[in-house]
Amino acid sequence: MNALKVKKMPNLPDASRPVTRMIETRQPAQISKTPRMQVIDLHAWFGKTEVLKGISMSIASRGSTAIIGPSGCGKSTFIRCLNRMHEVVRGARADGKVLLDGLDVYSPGVNPVRLREMVGMVFQKPNPFPMMSIRQNVLAGLKLQRIKRSDEDELVERVLRQAALWDEVKDILSRGGTTLSGGQQQRLCIARALALEPEVLLMDEPCSALDPIATGRIEELILELKSAYTIVIVTHNMQQAARVGDRTAFFCLGQLIEYNDTATIFTKPLNRQTEDYVTGRFG
Amino acid sequence: MTSKCENSEARLRRPRPLEERVVSHVLGACAVLCVATTAGIIAVLLTQSVAFFKGVSLWQFLCDTQWTPLFTDKHFGIWALVCGTLLTSVIALAVAVPLGLLGAVYLSEYASQTVRHFLKPAVEVLAGIPTVIYGYFALTFITPILQKIVPGLAGFNALGSGVVMGIMILPIIASLSEDAIHAVPSSLREGAYALGGGKFAAIRRVVLPTSFSGIAAAVIIGMSRAVGETMIVAIAAGQQPRFTLDPRVPIETMTAYIVQVSMGDTPTGTLEYHTIFAVGMMLFIVTMTLNIASYYLRKRMTRGAAT
Repeated sequence: MNALKVKKMPNLPDASRPVTRMIETRQPAQISKTPRMQVIDLHAWFGKTEVLKGISMSIASRGSTAIIGPSGCGKSTFIRCLNRMHEVVRGARADGKVLLDGLDVYSPGVNPVRLREMVGMVFQKPNPFPMMSIRQNVLAGLKLQRIKRSDEDELVERVLRQAALWDEVKDILSRGGTTLSGGQQQRLCIARALALEPEVLLMDEPCSALDPIATGRIEELILELKSAYTIVIVTHNMQQAARVGDRTAFFCLGQLIEYNDTATIFTKPLNRQTEDYVTGRFG
Repeated sequence: MTSKCENSEARLRRPRPLEERVVSHVLGACAVLCVATTAGIIAVLLTQSVAFFKGVSLWQFLCDTQWTPLFTDKHFGIWALVCGTLLTSVIALAVAVPLGLLGAVYLSEYASQTVRHFLKPAVEVLAGIPTVIYGYFALTFITPILQKIVPGLAGFNALGSGVVMGIMILPIIASLSEDAIHAVPSSLREGAYALGGGKFAAIRRVVLPTSFSGIAAAVIIGMSRAVGETMIVAIAAGQQPRFTLDPRVPIETMTAYIVQVSMGDTPTGTLEYHTIFAVGMMLFIVTMTLNIASYYLRKRMTRGAAT
């Protein structure tokens, strides 16, 4: 994965520099100066409907960025554009720049399959592969890419520990992935994504199909993981954003309304719309 | 107030309309008729087979390798016919499973909406061709072509009829496999893509294993059709029961034997006549086993898709 970065870095269009500076001045100063990902004027469509209308924001290295907003505001589409999962859907299209460590992931020559290996994703509904055991689910990413590793056992244990699932499944690794409870399945999906050692982990409402206890465990996990990974989490639950997000972005009708430290967003938002949303007067 | 109460009582006590009462009985009778027909068939097969086994021992039936009930030197080794059936069915599957499965994967995963729109009905047209036409197709078109490639291929043979039978069951296998592949939730495909899987890797590692029971059910249904298929083998495979797995020579399947006896001048009530029921019983056992296996596999498929 490093090879790709090194190879592509020299091809970086210089034209992006001034744009980048412009965006940094638009963002409040507390947003990290070394962004892991930078989104520049991102538009996305489903057929003829434009669901993202020019999003620009930077995502800092390490830590978590929460994305909140009313249903249909484009927050899920936004993170699906970050690892080019958006275009998998028939009729879906995206336009704009998404830089990962400076390289535009939409530039020609970038293989979306390799990108998704670096930018992992956890979905709304837990989706472990039903014909695979717990262990095989963890190793599914390697199998899909035909990567052979001699330390599979250690890898399985390490990522299951990281996903806070090891103690519950260490004796039943050969059991089917779908025999686990919903919350365990979701942690298995997180472990599965971590097994590829991603640069960024995208989470699309990872708790919306889970009960409060399972949700609590996933949130604890996010708090632990964010010290080592760059996490972007979409949530419709504002309390969740407040609990796990270092920074929060508020989306509405396909536009980024406000992006700031989570504390600022929830206590003294600059925008009236944001204030109405986080205080529950709208949305 | 009172009048209103009476009114509602009268409304509550109004009997169900006649059609509502009749309809469940009529539908029930139809269902019973289906089951009764099956039971009747089994009963006839059983009683007539019993008559057959009074004249021929089960030992002879299962251990002889020759099937010559119409000759003076009578042998009753069912395996000669089973071999013919097995041979043509296996050839048919060898043709239909790879083609059907690849076609199903293409239709379900790769074809654009427009292509799919035209191709799927086109494949299903194959299923509408009468099998007697397939039979002559095998005899007069496929076999002469195969004779140029395969040395020593007889005019009537298992290979040509097997290949054509494969074409006949192709739409069933393709269509049912396509349903099974289509039933795999898109969330699993997305999960595979999100783990850095390419399109084909996702199909191979996730989509096909997940739809395995459905595909297996499709193959078994196809096999069951091939085993029961009559016209093609009666026309193009010859009528020589032979204990062999050589696809080049004339053979006879269980179904073709039944046709041969039914259409000949074998007097009813004789041992020769009873043989067709014993063969029919054997055939029925094979196809029923296959259908039951397919039923359970499909049940497993729907359960798998639900989770």
